[in-house]
Amino acid sequence: MDFVTGVALNQTVEASNENIVYYTEDLNLWYGQTHALKNINLPIYEKEVTAIIGPSGCGKSTFLKTLNRMVELVQGVQTSGVIHYRERNILDKTFQVEELRTKVGMVFQKPNPFPKSIYDNVAYGPKIHGIKSKKILDQIVEKSLKGAAIWDEVKDRLKENAYSLSGGQQQRLCIARALAIEPDVILMDEPTSALDPKSTLKVEELIQELKKDYSIVIVTHNMQQAARISDRTAFMLNGELIEFKDTDTIFSTPEDKRTEDYITGRFG
Amino acid sequence: MSINSHTNTQDTVRVKTLIEESKDSRKLLMLGEKTIPKVLFVVAFLSLLTTVGIVLVLVTETIEFFERVSVIEFFTGTVLRPLSQNPEFGVLPLINGTIISSLIAMLVAGPIGIMTAVFLSEYASDRTRRVLKPMLELLAGIPTIVYGFFAFTFVTPLLRQFIPELGATNILSPGLVMGIMIIPMIASLSEDAMSAVPNAMREGALALGATKLEVTFKVIIPAALSGIIASFVLGISRAIGETMIVTIASGSSKNFTLDVTESMQTMTAYVVEVAAGDAPAGSTIYYSLYAVAMTLFLFTLVMNILARYVSRRFREEY
Repeated sequence: MDFVTGVALNQTVEASNENIVYYTEDLNLWYGQTHALKNINLPIYEKEVTAIIGPSGCGKSTFLKTLNRMVELVQGVQTSGVIHYRERNILDKTFQVEELRTKVGMVFQKPNPFPKSIYDNVAYGPKIHGIKSKKILDQIVEKSLKGAAIWDEVKDRLKENAYSLSGGQQQRLCIARALAIEPDVILMDEPTSALDPKSTLKVEELIQELKKDYSIVIVTHNMQQAARISDRTAFMLNGELIEFKDTDTIFSTPEDKRTEDYITGRFG
Repeated sequence: MSINSHTNTQDTVRVKTLIEESKDSRKLLMLGEKTIPKVLFVVAFLSLLTTVGIVLVLVTETIEFFERVSVIEFFTGTVLRPLSQNPEFGVLPLINGTIISSLIAMLVAGPIGIMTAVFLSEYASDRTRRVLKPMLELLAGIPTIVYGFFAFTFVTPLLRQFIPELGATNILSPGLVMGIMIIPMIASLSEDAMSAVPNAMREGALALGATKLEVTFKVIIPAALSGIIASFVLGISRAIGETMIVTIASGSSKNFTLDVTESMQTMTAYVVEVAAGDAPAGSTIYYSLYAVAMTLFLFTLVMNILARYVSRRFREEY
């Protein structure tokens, strides 16, 4: 069964190679003895929103963090397999993580702005990557905050501490911070789970806007959210990729019984 | 079922009776509930009273001193000759000695302390930290008399091989050793401040492609700055108040100079010298003790207030 899925995916991959940003091949991951990701074969398409759903502990966040190798911050992590990112294997130890993370931005579950001003939060990325000109930084900050749909709310208080913002604003500021270095891909790890419904809606609208320019991978435990905002959905269970299809298909006619059980709310 | 409920009822009745029976013994407890806070208050008040008492004695005796020696002479005089035929009571040589020794100490303890903290908080593995931190705290537990002895019999002779003009007693050696003594304090407090910065900050910066060094210096240290500065200020006030090391290794020459190879006396060492000598009560030299102690007290008071202000001023909310 898994084998068949793998082959089917590989065919899709070859059919539309130029639209693919990421493509994992037999990706396995262990936390010490725990086998957290099992033979994941999954492509991520350019300028689309790919949602990864599944019950808690299914490995969806682990998978996301593998895509920018943040997973290595956990001690005792081991991987096997290949992750192709733009034709290069990012799991290759010679691949510079800093270079990867400059191209692959990340937004976390809980908003985590730095305890600095709103301006400095957005300017942090460009600054560490060597941009010093105040004029250019000003432009980047404005563009990024506009891109994250928060400019109008903060333009008169750029020097204020980021923690004076509401939770939803902080999360959009974190998105602006990620946009400031003009990444290729944005990874989002349950970006709305700490937000109220109104802020969630704003972030969801923003994601729709962002996919015009960026490829987005979003982990969510909210199936309605996946259905609303994503183009393709992957369903994971116990470290395995059960099903990966375009979102409409997976929610209307899931192929696997387990997928059906999960999206109809029979477990999870 | 009926048997069960019957047993239950019996149990309830028994508990109620027991509570009723022990009511008397609880009365005593209730009495304690009222009186103990009052006892606690008196005990807490005792330490406040001691502080007030010390300050009062300092102030009255200092006033007595200033009736004999003018305030201006005391604070602007560059000569301190309490035992001479024509005694002079300028405190500047002592202030100079205190500031220079504290400065040397901070030049050692500041950089080493903060680098140690960065290593422990950001780079060391859990195992290394578990070994290193208690060792650091051991360094903090060494009695200062041992440090003084170490400065006098080991560090000074060692330094003299490189700096031949260094005196047998000098301010450089006790300054350096005081720095070593303060390292654990700065390292430990700064490490606490850095470890308290949430991991989400580190992840946020790493996810932007920052290197570990950039995360440390551009996110963690700024976020922990209030704690780091507070540790520095505490370190300085520790250096200002340090007595034994300078008494042993810096001698008692009351030189007013910037030359660190010379012997100098700090305020604390002066107090030791005078108190250990046979200054007759009521003499000017006896009262000078209080004036110097008062000056020292003002110094550490200012540092403590500064520490409070600074840690509030630089606090970054997260």
